[in-house]
Amino acid sequence: MKVKGNVWKFGDNINTDDIIAARYLNTTDEKQLASHCMETIMPDFSKKIKKGDIIVAGGNFGCGSSREHAPVSIKGCGISAVVAKSFARIFLRNSINIGLPVIELPEADEIEEGDELEIDFEEGTIKNNSKGKTYEFNRYPEFLQEIIRNGGLMKWVKARYIKSQ
Amino acid sequence: MTITEKIIARHSGKESVIPGEFVEASVDLVLANDITAPLAIEEFEKAGAKEVFDPEKIVFVPDHFTPCKDIQSAELVKRLREFARKYKVRFYEIGKVGIEHALLPEEGLTRPGDFIVGADSHTCTYGAVGAFSTGMGSTDIASAMITGKVWIKVPASIKFVYKGKRNKYVGGKDLILYTIGKIGVDGANYRSMEFTGETIRNLPMDDRFTICNMAIEAGAKNGIIEPDDITAMYLEEVGVSFESLIRSDEDAYYEEVIEIDVSDIMPQVSAPHLPSNSKNVDEYADVKIDQVVIGSCTNGRISDLRRAASIMNGHTIHPEVRCIIIPATQRIYQQALKEGLIDVFLTAGCVISPPTCGPCLGGHMGVIGKGEVAIATTNRNFIGRMGHPESYVYLSNPEVAAASAIKGKICHPDEV
Repeated sequence: MKVKGNVWKFGDNINTDDIIAARYLNTTDEKQLASHCMETIMPDFSKKIKKGDIIVAGGNFGCGSSREHAPVSIKGCGISAVVAKSFARIFLRNSINIGLPVIELPEADEIEEGDELEIDFEEGTIKNNSKGKTYEFNRYPEFLQEIIRNGGLMKWVKARYIKSQ
Repeated sequence: MTITEKIIARHSGKESVIPGEFVEASVDLVLANDITAPLAIEEFEKAGAKEVFDPEKIVFVPDHFTPCKDIQSAELVKRLREFARKYKVRFYEIGKVGIEHALLPEEGLTRPGDFIVGADSHTCTYGAVGAFSTGMGSTDIASAMITGKVWIKVPASIKFVYKGKRNKYVGGKDLILYTIGKIGVDGANYRSMEFTGETIRNLPMDDRFTICNMAIEAGAKNGIIEPDDITAMYLEEVGVSFESLIRSDEDAYYEEVIEIDVSDIMPQVSAPHLPSNSKNVDEYADVKIDQVVIGSCTNGRISDLRRAASIMNGHTIHPEVRCIIIPATQRIYQQALKEGLIDVFLTAGCVISPPTCGPCLGGHMGVIGKGEVAIATTNRNFIGRMGHPESYVYLSNPEVAAASAIKGKICHPDEV
């Protein structure tokens, strides 16, 4: 899989209340959630972005609540991937489970708002076309790759358990 | 092995496990609430599952937006109720429901050595009884409801050793705010926080729940305290029988050992917008406040209400402040009534809310407006957490919150 898009840059410790405020969690509708994505810290984010754009952030992205609505809202508004120096653990799990590509990149600070990135998930590379620089990233451990290959956690579960029920 | 490694090994059919290893573990309890269960139910149904692995081990606690704040949240709870009836899973209706992390231990559903997962980040609270307990998302919970299992990477452990005598008004909340201030909001990311030392051994259960509850605010996978006599007494009170009290080995491996002398710690306050912005209360003295919230899964237990009432007794709330008291469960509410605490609060001019997470996450029952400032015994002070994106939340223990409600500004309890 390959994705290409422009960067929206955020800082450290972007928490789940920043991504989707709790007052909007009275629905599970992806479109409704998407319309409020990042609103707390960047009003009208969902209207400003183009489909395929990429979020780049600092450390501990997605800290706070376990709300899966956070990655759902990011995916729902058309963001193709999130690149961060590090991720909070529940957010990382949730993203893998719902199929939002997330990449840990220690050099995330070098990427700036508006840069054009091309991510190749098979090769494990991020090309910054605006800066002419390419980064290699660590792919997920084998166990997680198996879940991703199966198309997310529920398909993996379905393949292993539901048939026997 | 550490206590965390032992519990994970036991639940994944292994003699031993090491940090970094991926295992599939059997779960003893699966939890979801009115915000997270609906997504889990959707995934459960989409997968075509026909039954849950064990209805006795699944519990739905509608506590966040209940009593339902609007039509949409009423629809969400309806979905929980219908699913619970169909699959016979545990469900707590209004009148029985309380804040999940205060309710489940009280109900005797959390035991030492258990492996517990919940679609709520503060599920780590149950480490206080010596369980491995961690928050996950809705899809993980859907999968656990079907299979009775979850995948997990065994976390490395950090050992926190607390020594010394606690100062007046210093409780579990102050110890954990101080600790998060020391290591940062990602200071324990992916790792287990094991709380040990003579101070912890002498700490009452409610304070232990508060400490483990906020392990997630340092990014931890779980927080845990080895069970001891205090745990055993508590478990007896809530009617839990247990076989043995599981402990870490003498030669267990810790990635880091952090020693904290608690005699240096004064009541803590965390300033907006991170729980790690913690300092001695005096550093924030004179910050004017509009609202006080005493409650939540962090500090809504009976001893928290006793502490707040001990400060408020004979005083009245500052005329420019509103003070909201939220007993975390029905049982705590009733106990507070019996002890006359509710009377103290009402006389002082507080309002009493039914058990709910409500204002902690800006849901309802005390949302704040633009430019307003709150001090709360809750766990997060992120931007807009209690309401308007331009509002401010300070975190503290119950005594500091109560004293601040009386003075109309953040202050040390001794000032009252």
